[in-house]
This record gives sequence, C-alpha cells and structure tokens, in this order.
Amino acid sequence: MHLKSKLTAAAAAVILAAGVSSAAQAQLKIGFVYVGPIGDHGWSYEHNQGRLAIEKALGAKVATTYVEKVPEGADAQRVISKLASSGHGLIFTTSFGYMNPTLRAAKRFPKVKFEHATGFKRSKNVSTYSARFYEGRYVVGKIVGNMTKSNILGYIASFPIPEVIRGINATYLAAKSVNPNIKMKIVWVSTWFDPGKEADAAKTLIDQGADVIMQHTDSPAPVQVAEQRGVWAVGQASDMTNFGKKAHLTSIIDNWAPYYVARAQAVLDGTWKSTDTWDGFKPGMVQMSAFNPAIQANVVALAKSTRDGITNGTIFPFAGEIKDQAGKVRVKAGENANDGLLAGMNFYVQGIDGSIPK
Amino acid sequence: MSVDWLIPALLTIVTAATPLVFAAVGEVVAEKSGVLNLGVEGMMIMGAIAAFATAVSTESEVLAILAGAGAGMLVAVIFGVLTVYLQSNQVATGLALTIFGLGLSALIGHSYVGKTFGGLAKLNIPGISDIPVIGPLLFGHDALVYLSLVSVALVAWFLTRTRGGLLVRAVGENHDAAHSIGYSVTLIRMGAIIFGGAMAGIGGAYLSVAYTPLWVENMTAGRGWIALALVVFASWKPWRAFFGAYLFGGITIIQLYAQGMGVEVSAQFLSMLPYIATIVVLVIISRDSARARLDAPACLGKNFHASG
Repeated sequence: MHLKSKLTAAAAAVILAAGVSSAAQAQLKIGFVYVGPIGDHGWSYEHNQGRLAIEKALGAKVATTYVEKVPEGADAQRVISKLASSGHGLIFTTSFGYMNPTLRAAKRFPKVKFEHATGFKRSKNVSTYSARFYEGRYVVGKIVGNMTKSNILGYIASFPIPEVIRGINATYLAAKSVNPNIKMKIVWVSTWFDPGKEADAAKTLIDQGADVIMQHTDSPAPVQVAEQRGVWAVGQASDMTNFGKKAHLTSIIDNWAPYYVARAQAVLDGTWKSTDTWDGFKPGMVQMSAFNPAIQANVVALAKSTRDGITNGTIFPFAGEIKDQAGKVRVKAGENANDGLLAGMNFYVQGIDGSIPK
Repeated sequence: MSVDWLIPALLTIVTAATPLVFAAVGEVVAEKSGVLNLGVEGMMIMGAIAAFATAVSTESEVLAILAGAGAGMLVAVIFGVLTVYLQSNQVATGLALTIFGLGLSALIGHSYVGKTFGGLAKLNIPGISDIPVIGPLLFGHDALVYLSLVSVALVAWFLTRTRGGLLVRAVGENHDAAHSIGYSVTLIRMGAIIFGGAMAGIGGAYLSVAYTPLWVENMTAGRGWIALALVVFASWKPWRAFFGAYLFGGITIIQLYAQGMGVEVSAQFLSMLPYIATIVVLVIISRDSARARLDAPACLGKNFHASG
C-alpha cells in the first residue's frame, strides 16, 4: 500500500504546527481510496482519471492524495481515518466494501465530507454515487444483436449481484429486440480480475459457438482472445481498443470526472449536501468509446439513437412488459422499472437460459 | 453428446496448466535441496513483466523468455543470499519476496499497462498440425508447452539418475552429513534456488507472452501459490507435479465449459472444485503418514550453517 501525497509530510507538519494558515484553509485537500492498483486499466484506473480531472479543473484550489490497493475491511478503516485526520476535507471511497468503514469514519469526523461509490448507506456527511452502466449495456445489446452471425452471445460474468444481473438482462433485452433468435451463454468466473481465467472463459464461450464476447470483469484479456480467434468483443470500464483493433466493437466507459469535479466545487462553494446519485449517459457518467468502423452504418445509427434516446429520456432499457424466467410479470406493460427493482434485481428476464448461481 | 468441444477444451487446459508446470517443477528442485521458497508468486510476476517489457521493446520471443527466466533468477538470488548466506528465516523471506515482486513489477510495469503484442506463435507444421484430433493436440502448441514437458523430463532424470541430483537430494535430506563429507551445502542450495527462480520466471513469462499477451498488475493472480501447493500434492516428484498441474487446470477449464453448456451447478461450487480435488488427493496420498514424512525432504525449511 502506498500513500502518495502532493504535499510532503514535512510541509504538512509545518502547516499543522503553525496552526491552520489562511493558505491551507483556502486549499481543499481531497483524498481517494482505491481498491485496485491504478494500473488495472479498469475500475480504479477510471477513478484515478476522475482525480486528475479535479486537479486539472480546480488547480491550486485543491490538493489531492490517493491510496491504492486498499483491501476492503480493517485496513480500509485505518486508511480512511488517517486521511480524515490529516486535514482532508473531502474523501472519495471507491469500492462497495468500503461502505461501513466510511460510515464509521464519517461519525468520528463530522466535519469531513465523504463520497462512497456504489453503496446504499448514507449519513449527514456521507453521499453515495453510482453509474447506470446498464444503459451502456443496452446500447451494446443493440449492436451485438446485429453483429452476431451464430446468434450466440458470450457473456463473462463475475459475481451474481444485482449490478451484474442487471447488465446481463439489459444486454439480452436489447439484443433480443433486434434479433429474436438470440441465445446468450453466460459463464461465471467468480473473480473481478484474473486475466488468465477471463481468457479461459472467453475461449470456452468461443469454442461453444459464441461470436461476440462481453465481460463484466476488469481485465482486457477477453478482448485479446476475441481478436486472436476472430470474433467480436465489447470492453469494460476503460477503452480497450488497443487489445483488439479488429475485434473491439466498443467499450462502456465509466467517467467519474464530471461528478468528482462538481462535488469538489460544491465543497469549495459551501453547498455540499449528502445526496444519492445514480447517473447514466445524461451527465456523461457512462460513455461509449468510439464504435468499430467495421460496424454497418445502420447499426451505428441505431446505437447512437438508442444512446440519445436514453439520454433524453425517451428510451428506457427496462420498459415493460418484462417477465422473469418463470413467466411472472416484473414490470407491467406501459411502465418502467423503478430504481428499487433495478437496484435489487435478482432474476433473469424471460428467454435467458440457465439459472443465476446461488 | 458430441465430443467436438473436447479438443478445444483440452487445448485450453494445456495453456492453463503450463505456467503451473514450470513454477511447480522449479520449486520441486528448490525444495528437494531443503529450501522452502514461498516467493514463487513474486518470482513469477517479475518474470512476467520482464518478459513482457522485452517482448514489446525487442519483439523477440526468445529474448522475452530469456528475460523472464533472468528476472526470476535475479529475484531468487536475493532470496538465496538472504536465506543461505545470511541465515534469514525461509518462510518470512519467501513471503517478503512475493510482496516485493508484486510491488516492484507494478512499478516497472507502470508504463506497459495498455500495451500489447501478437503473442507467442503456435507450432504449425503444415500437414501434421492439420491431422484431425492428434494434429492440434500434439503439434498445435507454442514452443513453451514443449519446453515445459522437456524440463519435467530433464528434472525427473536429473534428480533420480544423476550424481548432481543425488547431491541436491542429499543436501535436502541431511545437510550436516553432506557437509561433513565435503560438499558445499551453500553452493548446491544456491544453484537449486536459482534454478527454481528461472523456472518460475519462465512460468510468469508464459502468462504475459503466451497465455494473455498483456501486462496488468498482479496478473499472476495467485498461480504461484497454486504451484507451491502442487509441490506438496506431488510429494516432491516432478511427473506428479506435472499431472497435478494438468488436473488442476483441467478441472478449472471443464467447469467453465460445463457452465457454457448449461449444466446447472452453482458457479461457486465449480470454482471450488480444483481446490477440493487438491485436498482430496492430499488426504489420499498422506493416508500413510509414515510414508508421507518420508516423501518430504528432511531438512526442508531448515537453515544450514557450517558451525553446526
């Protein structure tokens, strides 16, 4: 674990010893806690891009610090408390497992503002935020439903949590809407990050007839396998074009920068309040990377119009009627799934084969 | 049921098993000489980044693999100097080596994140590699797969059939006796440690240049630890380590295929299977506790100092 600070420890000590100087008061110190290395080319990498965006946008008004590879658990508590006690006014804790440590630290440091990613517990000085990645998956579904020749889509899933299941359902609904013969093969790898195992899962799916590989895991290995085997792939979290120039259709990108800059600005302005944010395409929290030139123009147009429709609120990925595998209606015709159903989604929609691992 | 899926599944198993074979066989030699090196993961990851960096900058596969082996050896030398010459605790030093390797590789690899290259070429003998079933299975791999097979055979032969192998085992079984009849325990152990490092480095190189030709931090994802378990599993015999690696890789891959074919078994259970299989085999082979003790090198994990 590494604590890298823009301010040297010595400088910080001088400021503390001299009392809080006016310069230090004006400058907001912002801390980031990452679960992975910033070099993972995925989840933590994008959060760090958000940190850099704050530095770029707010310049000398802020100073940022980050701690990477912080395990979820007791260590997280220590790191968060340390950041809070060393003069940070705003702290972003960027993994689901930091939820309780963040709340405990928030209780001890009521003047410090906390921002917890993907969690659901809030308090007066803890906000939560997450992205509607499923909007991106819905656009992907429209593309892959058109691109597949074998009508078999391969999906590498990590863990059976609502976030992942939502992604599978959104992809399937969109793909089915453009191609009624679609089948989806889902392989659960029980890891967020293991390039070897992700590659093996991709090979498995391709061997079983899939000609599009999608992933809800973080390494670019599946894209690379797709390139070698001559099938299509969709990247995750960051732009993965580099790993398969021919295979890579597009990537769903997490873009935390606008939110991070806005929240830092709110603290500077004194307008920060505890909120719950779940944003998608509209404010740019979810983006699509450039579409592969090999995609036919009409499919690109469909993808773009779907994205624009979601952005301006005319298209809803989970619009009724939606039935689950047992045929029970989960979203009535004419209605859209509410956030409660989405946040707790634990069923496959009708048409997906297999069952969710328990 | 059609067996069309079987050939590709077997090919995938080979790639999953090969890095484990290299690392496990290297560790067999180190442990046979009485040195317990828990730093396999660290040596593998250093091999992976060195090989990847070399592959990207020189585009030479041979140089990349040599660089991987070299990096593994360098890290092993650190371990050797600390434990053999400076008498540090082997377990603690090995653990530190793993943490050190993971950190240093991340530092070195920083600028290589996001880069890629074509990957190791497969052996393709026109005509022969195209024979159905046997062609791809026997002649459709990359060079390192064959090297792993050759190295297992060589290590097995070396340990059981040569004077050098006898010395390695002697040092591992009773370092005082070996010392008293005039053999240099320190030199033999250093040699075994460095060999283990080279093999772990090649195993890591296989990951970053053949298995998934890319670099991301922590890409070994625990394979060094699996290799360590395989050594015990194999009761320190090279061929058993080889089969252990294939068994482990096999179960990992088959569970992925089973899921793709819609077999309704919980994914968590399937992910657990390779480990359960390892435990079951461990229980079976250690049923006879007297024999199990005989298999383990008697001086494993014990430091040697000439003063006695």
